[in-house]
Parts: sequence; C-alpha cells; structure tokens
Amino acid sequence: MRDVAVVGFAQSTARKDRERNEVEFISPVVQVAVERSGIAKADIGFTISGSCDYLSGGPFTFVQGLDAAGAWPPIRESHVEMDAAWALYEAWVAIQTGEVDSALIYGFGKSSLGDVHEIMTLQYDPYTVAPLWPSMVDMAALQASVFLDASGRTERDLAEVAARCRKAGLGNEFAIESEDVSPEALLERPVTHAPLRDSDIPPVTDGASAMVIAADDVARRASSRPAWIRGIDHRIEPQHIGARDLAASVSTRKAGERAGANGSFDVAELHSAFSHEELILRDALGINGTDVNPSGGPLVANALMSAGLTRIGEVATRISEGRADRGLAHATQGPCLQQNLVCVLEGE
Amino acid sequence: MTQAPLIERHALEYPGGYTRSVGPALSKFFTGLRDGRIFGVKLGDGRVMVPPTEYDPDTAEELGEYVEVGPGGTVKAWTWVAEPRLGKHHLGKPFAFALVLPDGADLPMLHVVDVAGPEAMSIGMRVEPRWSSERVGYITDLDAFVPESAGGTSGAAPNGSSDAEAVTGIVTPIRLEYEVNAGRAASKYLRGLADHKILGQRAKDSQDVYVPPRGSDPKTGHPTEVEVEVSDTGTITTFCVVNLPGLSDLAPEVPYVCAQILLDGSNTPWFGLVQGIDAYEVRLGMRVKAVWVDQPSADARSIKWFEPTGDPDAPYDSYKEYA
Repeated sequence: MRDVAVVGFAQSTARKDRERNEVEFISPVVQVAVERSGIAKADIGFTISGSCDYLSGGPFTFVQGLDAAGAWPPIRESHVEMDAAWALYEAWVAIQTGEVDSALIYGFGKSSLGDVHEIMTLQYDPYTVAPLWPSMVDMAALQASVFLDASGRTERDLAEVAARCRKAGLGNEFAIESEDVSPEALLERPVTHAPLRDSDIPPVTDGASAMVIAADDVARRASSRPAWIRGIDHRIEPQHIGARDLAASVSTRKAGERAGANGSFDVAELHSAFSHEELILRDALGINGTDVNPSGGPLVANALMSAGLTRIGEVATRISEGRADRGLAHATQGPCLQQNLVCVLEGE
Repeated sequence: MTQAPLIERHALEYPGGYTRSVGPALSKFFTGLRDGRIFGVKLGDGRVMVPPTEYDPDTAEELGEYVEVGPGGTVKAWTWVAEPRLGKHHLGKPFAFALVLPDGADLPMLHVVDVAGPEAMSIGMRVEPRWSSERVGYITDLDAFVPESAGGTSGAAPNGSSDAEAVTGIVTPIRLEYEVNAGRAASKYLRGLADHKILGQRAKDSQDVYVPPRGSDPKTGHPTEVEVEVSDTGTITTFCVVNLPGLSDLAPEVPYVCAQILLDGSNTPWFGLVQGIDAYEVRLGMRVKAVWVDQPSADARSIKWFEPTGDPDAPYDSYKEYA
C-alpha cells in the first residue's frame, strides 16, 4: 500500500446563493485547495468530483463543474453521483494502483434551487416508497423514532447533540446556523417532524469543497505536515429500510473495523446530518471521550454532495495545523445512513 | 449598483409519468393491493418481508414464496407530516408516515397512517388498512392505515379479490420545480444584450475570450474577471442545413441554417440561425451580422438571427482552429 495524505483543502457554503452559478462558486474553492497543496495544477494526475444532477434539475450538469477545474490540455477525470467523500475513495484507489501520484477531488451542490427535501425523495425505491413522497427529513425522523424506541434515549439526548453542535458552529465561519443555546431551551421549541425539532435537522445549504491528496514523497514535499490516510473503507446496506436495523449502523461499524478505527482519537468529524445520527454513529464506532464535530458538523452546514468530504477535510486541516495528531472522519449517503465511509487520519 | 439576480423557473417533469414494469415480486404485491390484500415474501432465513423483492436483500438469493400478511398491523415507528405537499401526498391532509409491521410479517413496511393529529400516534398502536375505492394496482390502493376498529381488524377489501389480469406495470408521475439563477458572468452577458452589447469575459492570465461567459476559463479553471465587449459581426465556422420542420416553436420555416459563428473579438464560436440568404448558399468563412429584435432585453432571444454582411469571406486560416 502506498501512503496517501491530504495536502490541501478548502470549502465554501451559503444559505442560498442566488448570485453565483455552480462554476462560480466551485472555481475559487478549487483554486484555494490547489494553492494550499503546493502542487502545481498541471502536475495533479487525476481529477474527480461528486455531485447530484437532481439538485440542479438538469441531466449531466456535473459536466459543467469541469469548467471550474480546468480541462485543457485534456485531463484524466471521473465523477461519482455521490458525496465527494466517495470521489476521494476512488482517487485513493487510483493512487494505490500506481497510475497517479496525486489527485484533486471536489464536491458541490446547490440545494436551494428547488425543494431539496422533496428532490431527495427520488433516491428512494421508485415503486413502493417514492410515490408516497416521504422527504429526506421524514425518512430521518422514522429512523429517529426507531432509534429512540430501541435505545431508550430521549428527545433530551437529541437536544444535547443539537445544542453542542450549534454552539460549536459559532467558531466555524462556514456555519449556516449557529447559536449559544442550552438543550433545555431547544426542548422548549416545537417538534416539527416528530420526534425531531428544527434544531435536529440540518439547514439547507449551498456549497462546495475541494481537496488535494498525494502519495509518499509527493505529499512530503508538498506539505510540512501531511494528514496521512491510515485507513479508509465504505460499506452499504440494503435499500429496503424495513430490511435494515435502523437503530444501529452495521455498515459504519464494519467500515470502521476495516479502516482501523480503534484506539483513541483527538477529533472526530461525523456526517451526522440529524441529531440522532450522531448517537447512532458514536455507538457504531465506539467513540468515547473524543471531541466530536468541533466544526458543528452537518447540523450547522450541510452542503449536500460535499458535506462528507468536508468532514475529512476538517479533520485533515486540524492535523496539518498541528491541532490534532489522530482523527476519525465519517461520511454517509442514502436514506437513514444507508452507506457509510470511515477514514482514519494521522499526522507524523 | 446591485441588481436582482436573474432567476428562471424550471420544471423537471416527464409528461404522463414514468412507465415502469414491475417484475414478478412487485406484480404479486400490486395485484394484491388491487384486490385488497397484502403480500410479502419469505426470505432465505424464513422471515417475511413486505413489500416483497425478487432477491434476498441480505444474500441476493432468489426468492419466490409469497405470503399473505395483515390486514392488521402494528406501528413500529412514525413521524408526523403537518404540511402535506400539494400534488405529492395523496391524502391531501396532515398525516403520519409510519413503519407498519403487518401481522404475519417480520419486517416493517413504509406507508401512511390517517389519524386526526400526532397525539393519536404511538409506537405499538394497532392499525388496519383503509382501501381506496378505486384500485388500479398502485401503492396508494392501500389509501392509508387507520386505527384498528374496536373488536379487531376489519380491513378486508370491500370488493374482495378479482379475476382481472395481474398488474405488470405502474405509472409514476414526477414533477420537481426549480429556480435556476444565471450566475454573475451570464447575468452580465444577458444584461448587456438589453444594451445592445455582447459581453464576453476572459481570465487575467489568458487572451481567450468566452461568449457567453460562465465565470471561469474552462481550460484552466481560473475565474474570468476581465470583461470584453465583442462585435455582433462574425464568421461562420461550421453549419448545418435543417430540413426537419417543427423542431422548436422558435424555429423558422425549413430549410434553415444553424451555424457556429465566431464573433470578432471572441474565441468561442456560438450558436446562431442564419437567415436572409438561401440555405444552400451558406458556407464556411461567410461573414454575418446579428439581427436584433426591436426592443432587446436581458434575454438570449434578443438576437433573432444572423444575416450575411456581403463582405468577402474570411480566409480559412483566420478560423481554422474553430472549424
């Protein structure tokens, strides 16, 4: 196995960016990530993005994102219709093959162009589920209902997660929603999608993030403190939510085992878009005593298709800046934590 | 001066809906619903799952032993929809989404429960189906689960089973609405049209001018920060003669010419119609000029088409890179 490290990362978020098109908000993020990597753009061996055409409502709109990366002379390129954390996985595999030594990964999505909660319904079973039009929030709320019932946890436990994340968001310039609020005060607010309150639900977020990874000496030359990817793995569960144990995340546990997510961590960034997901993921990964989502996590900024990559970027940035030595990052995709990716990162 | 962003409404819809064939397992399920019955399938490990699938979700083993379940069931999880979506949620009133475990099944199914309010919902509550009076073989033939009648489940279908043919397909209507914004660069371009100008852009580190601009140099990805006005006169770099009528409401009478036109001062040929000349006299290198509508606006249709200037053709070397 080749050692691969994150050597550059950048992100951008907005509540509703009505002024810029996708290219205009991806382009600066890509430029900054590449600059931070110290690797010349022309020397990057592979470019890959993650996005979802349904967010903008046009076929093959992801191809337009290429204008932000620059594709002349022709570049080696790929795309996943998933969160860009899975683009990172493909890039990591590409480096493992020895074909390339570095890669640019970016993810983007403008969730505000339509009703994103409704748009995401199209990812469900088109025969028996989508025609009933459960939104992404309804699906999450059903998982929360199962989880609270099975685990004995309460809405108070959800409020504690939400309050901690919203407070942490005050220190994150990319947070869309943040406030200094107590769990008690959140519990006073109305339940909007039982058993969830709005504070348990992520804000609709437009955004993009970009990352540069590199192998071995290329990474060492590029960065004074690369954030080495020590393990990365992803696992998926059946689509039929009735066929899954919604109170636990078996796929996260398995991905964590494969990625070597054991021992202690200085920081963990979990792609927990809803409060109960953090509790399920903590259980699945056996996280105890670790600083979880110091950025505030997806509950304060949830740019679809890049929020997962951003979790890895947040951990890598903390390692590269010397604020952490060992970190855990997680990304998810699909309803009710269907597919999960776990990544272990370390400084030297 | 800050101007309001240019927003266009856009709908994603397939007229009439998507027609989907359902395969053997869902045929059993939808035919059952049409007949007022609920069918699941026995999985490899003996558990019964609803709706049925053709393959075991855990092992991908082929399945085929269907089991009638319900009609009564138990709510295993629920959430409340206070604001139903028009044209999407079939009940047209507030309701619960729930995971309902039909009697005789081992895995719950997602459906809706019709009760007055969230206070009427609880995990463990007993429910039974309320069947739609007109059933066609669709998930909403089971209109909703409702609280079980006193004295036990009554939810048998009002008109029982039928001898009609099995359901083999469903039609799923989908409509999504968007507000698409043009972005900064394209907005400048569109507003320029209202002033009778064609505005392109280039990056600081390149002389390549892009029209219409999208905000970045597609070769390098660098932002195109320099605004450049280009001429509304240019050279045809390639074209085709259209003989198919009715391709678009905007299309002129056939035959007509669609051309790529390299505007003077620009490095990207753009699409335009060519009129004012017999379609078969159009040629590469021909010099043409835009014909504007009387009242141009921030709309790409401000330029109607292009007509020949009558000038000598451009030499091939001047546009060969684009031909």
